[in-house]
Amino acid sequence: MKKYTYSEKKDTRSGFGAGLHEAGQKNPNVVALCADLKGSLKMDAFADEFPERFIQIGIAEANMIGIAAGMTIGGKIPFTGTFANFSTGRVYDQIRQSVAYSNKNVKICASHAGLTLGEDGATHQILEDIGLMKMLPGMVVINPCDYNQTKAATLAIAEYEGPVYLRFGRPSIPVFTDPDQKFEIGKAWMVNEGTDVTIVATGHMVWKAIEAGEQLAALGIDAEIINIHTIKPLDEEAILKSLQKTGCVVTCEEHNKFGGLGESVARLLSTELPSPQEFVAVNDSFGESGTPDQLMTKYGLDTINIVEAVQKVIKRKK
Amino acid sequence: MKHTINELEDIVSQVRRDIVRMVHGCQSGHPGGSLGCAEFLTALYFETMNHSTDFKMDGAGEDLFFLSNGHISPVFYSVLARSGYFEVSELATFRKLNSRVQGHPTTHEGLPGIRIASGSLGQGMSVAIGAALTKKLNKDHSLVFSLHGDGELQEGQNWEAIMFAPHNKVDNLISTIDYNGQQIDGPTEKILSLENLQTKFEAFGWHVITSNGNNMEDIVKALEYAKSLTGKGRPILNLMSTQMGYGVDFMVGSHKWHGTAPNDDQLASALSQNKETLGDY
Repeated sequence: MKKYTYSEKKDTRSGFGAGLHEAGQKNPNVVALCADLKGSLKMDAFADEFPERFIQIGIAEANMIGIAAGMTIGGKIPFTGTFANFSTGRVYDQIRQSVAYSNKNVKICASHAGLTLGEDGATHQILEDIGLMKMLPGMVVINPCDYNQTKAATLAIAEYEGPVYLRFGRPSIPVFTDPDQKFEIGKAWMVNEGTDVTIVATGHMVWKAIEAGEQLAALGIDAEIINIHTIKPLDEEAILKSLQKTGCVVTCEEHNKFGGLGESVARLLSTELPSPQEFVAVNDSFGESGTPDQLMTKYGLDTINIVEAVQKVIKRKK
Repeated sequence: MKHTINELEDIVSQVRRDIVRMVHGCQSGHPGGSLGCAEFLTALYFETMNHSTDFKMDGAGEDLFFLSNGHISPVFYSVLARSGYFEVSELATFRKLNSRVQGHPTTHEGLPGIRIASGSLGQGMSVAIGAALTKKLNKDHSLVFSLHGDGELQEGQNWEAIMFAPHNKVDNLISTIDYNGQQIDGPTEKILSLENLQTKFEAFGWHVITSNGNNMEDIVKALEYAKSLTGKGRPILNLMSTQMGYGVDFMVGSHKWHGTAPNDDQLASALSQNKETLGDY
């Protein structure tokens, strides 16, 4: 198992804020919109340097999506920012008609995704957003794994023409990727090459997959770990290539097991390479209040859950 | 003026023929609201707006129009075609398979003149505001126009947008409400009262003007007056009275023709009431 270390923990939303600020410096057409959550989305640096390009919408997410769609007409590249729940489910129809169907160059940026928002509870957490967004034709869905990758993703989507959903979180998590990395939309990142099982992880679960990989190595299991930061379009080639070698897969995501990364992988494998699969994901449930760590434990998203899923799936190999 | 009132009324007559023929041709669509807005859209595209039929999505340097109540697509398509955005003959494909002339307007099929999809109601004002903000950022002094149904104002997103525009001094926006008092299930005042729209918009900070949308002279003047009010710190609302189904006697004023297609006899009757002026497709 390749060794990964980290010297600090940072929140992925701050990676977004830093990326947005830099994208704004690089391209005068980048504009940012927020629905009364400038601080939560870490948009302050952008707003301070480019006040004329920062649009405070107020608590009106539907209006924000429509205004963003309209701003693309004339060449702006709008980044909308609010919590993941209000970025997706609350405004699904606005995104569907005015952004996706109309193919507008809007970047829907969503913080506080998943369980790790923590104490606010289920009304502010969302575990269905990946599913909602990936079902929209033409929508790119990205869920990066740490601060550096979120920053790189934010810069990359500013240069991509078309609608994008970018998902990130609130808690501070290990920063283990390269600060100068190149982010390629739709291109999976090989974290560790292995032979016994493929672990496909996204977002906050990538670090947990690395920890699981170390524990599995101690048990004599050689895990291949792939970071799927882009859930749509899915890097099918990377996943199939890995499964040809390992023959079984565990998918890991901070999302409902229905509609997330695991289902995308299952759809691919069912037609191309039927393989045993286990899902480390929330088991069709809403969240609740608690600390992020407590919630990850209660809902089965800890390192130990990945280890157990690997042990289970390996037994199902032919 | 680019055209005389008589010339504009001749275009309207042809637009009305297009509307009933399109809806008859596929036995589907929304003639009532389309007929009621024939004068308005004709005035807008043939007289009021500075625009080019050499269609570019970004609309730089041009006045832009957004149709929020997308179900009145027949009048929009007819006016776009008659203006020269695409061949008039394409109107015959309305709501038929493999057509660019979809039931509700969309950019998806690449029909020139359409800049946003609409159909799911209540989103158009937000989009128009966004386009207007971009024009300001780009130091583009052309204007943004939008049209909304009155029943559509029951969608809450409108009020988010209505609140936003004056607060942010979006004064390059002229929005029009098609105030015909009808929606699918009946008169708006029976379904969900709109109360006094003028005082509501004024309370939010809009400059409200009123007009008669089925009187060409009045609507042309109203739009010119609205243009004179732009750039003064406030968005402009044109509260435009119309009659659903105007120009076809058996359709006038009834919500029953919101989304009903005429049969062969009804088509003949509707056409007989609107002379052919520019040639049917």
